[in-house]
Amino acid sequence: MAQAVAHLDNGASQERNPQMMFWGLRLSVIIYLSVMILMPILVISVQGLRDGWDIFWVSISRPVAWNAIWLSVWTAGIMAIINIVMGTTTAYVLVRYRFWGKGILNSLIDLPFAIPTLVTGVMLTLLYGPQTPLGSFLDDELGIKVIYSQPGIILALLFLGYPFVIRSVQPVMAKLDIAQQEASHTLGASQFTTFRRVILPALLPAMITGGLLSFARALGEFGSIVIISGNIPMRTQTAAVYVYAQVEGDKMASASGVSLVILSIALFTTLGVNFWYKRNRRVNRERT
Amino acid sequence: MKERNLSFGGILLLAIVLIYAGVLLLAPVLALVSNTFQNGFEPFWNAITDGEALGTLWLSIRLAVLASTFNAILGVMVAWVLVRHTFWGKGFLNALVDLPLVISPVIVGYVMIVLFGRLGWLKDFPIKLAFSWEGMLVLTVFVSLPFVIREIQPVLSGMGKEQEEAAFTLGATPWGTFWRVVFPAIRHALTYGIVLTLARSLGEFGAVAVIGGGTQGSTESATIYIYRSLNDRNYAGAYSMALLLGIISVVILIIMNNLRIHKRGG
Repeated sequence: MAQAVAHLDNGASQERNPQMMFWGLRLSVIIYLSVMILMPILVISVQGLRDGWDIFWVSISRPVAWNAIWLSVWTAGIMAIINIVMGTTTAYVLVRYRFWGKGILNSLIDLPFAIPTLVTGVMLTLLYGPQTPLGSFLDDELGIKVIYSQPGIILALLFLGYPFVIRSVQPVMAKLDIAQQEASHTLGASQFTTFRRVILPALLPAMITGGLLSFARALGEFGSIVIISGNIPMRTQTAAVYVYAQVEGDKMASASGVSLVILSIALFTTLGVNFWYKRNRRVNRERT
Repeated sequence: MKERNLSFGGILLLAIVLIYAGVLLLAPVLALVSNTFQNGFEPFWNAITDGEALGTLWLSIRLAVLASTFNAILGVMVAWVLVRHTFWGKGFLNALVDLPLVISPVIVGYVMIVLFGRLGWLKDFPIKLAFSWEGMLVLTVFVSLPFVIREIQPVLSGMGKEQEEAAFTLGATPWGTFWRVVFPAIRHALTYGIVLTLARSLGEFGAVAVIGGGTQGSTESATIYIYRSLNDRNYAGAYSMALLLGIISVVILIIMNNLRIHKRGG
């Protein structure tokens, strides 16, 4: 009874003193984020390493597993490079020039954020599949197989990575100092030289940040790739599809090593980018 | 950078960008539309009004709405604590928030099975999370967790804490302060975040396929239905549902666009 009264009393003082409530709020947020985000990472680490490094090593060095990891990494890498070039060009056109339909183009770029990736896979298969006019033309005339093959994986990743670099570069570009560009122009530099010597160095951090984020995002992509790649082990089976196949086949143990590797690369890339970008910004601020 | 009229080089760059965006983004959409309607409107209508298809769509909508509600409430709390409080480890927590965007959905699904599956570490957990829609909901919340937080954070840090403190000093309760001071300021950002959350939740496939197991009639969401229909060679069903989800995402895109104008104006 005394405890109950004390409890009631405590509740009343919470009303008056918001400090208690803020502590409760802070604690719930810390617990929530830890359970939702930290715990999965810990579970994968423990699950992957609980039988020791040797077993972990054996599980990822099986040719099928290793090929899946490597395929995910190199396709995501190529995508990131193309994406940095095309994303920066797109951002430049959107910021720099006035043209009809700019608003439509600008909102079209968010399409990959809105559309389910599985639907992306279906759409690309319908456009480039072996039975479609475009797909059979590419295969017969140029010898390029897109669907059920590696170019299709890169294409799907390009689709979903497109907004990352643009949305990272656009705001930086919009704030670029016009005075510097004009000085460079008046001093006789060509437009290309101005771009290379003045604009590019200022944009590089944003370009790399966007590129690496799209890389990290692409590493774990599943929905579009499972449709487009045909899931051929050793050739078109990416890491995420491999993990899915293992879980479906009830071979839980063999999924853990590959999961840990892919998760680690994605986490280090994202956290590294975060850290590097913040430091970069601070250094820039101190300079000015 | 100042906006200019097109120069010769500009026209060249614009052409490259339009071709790239057209081939990459627009052409696949057109391919889906023309394939779905190649035999007219009727097959599409029959496919999406099929009872089974409607059931999976209903599950997807339910998951998306519940996950968005949950993320809206928790997202406001998380954003507020991360902006207003200072404590040890805050930077680390803040960095964690982005991770659901890059952790493969299949891998989180796998984690859930490791924890709650038949032989899982927590197999005696009172709520059945493996192969159930509750498990699908948890994962849908996970994959769409960052959006509301990341939309609200800049607004909160931009408005400063002076208004909230003034309201307190004048005797407002925390709850009253939230509704009268904080909520009106974050309203647009919150709506934008919820729309992004809805879009992401509706389209989730990998995570819910792993944890739900895709049992027809109970844990089959719309995306899982598309996948199964493709495997069963029920192409009309697969394309029609894919198009329907595509149309929903375009509508979401248009809403997003309008909200962005609001956000800038307000």
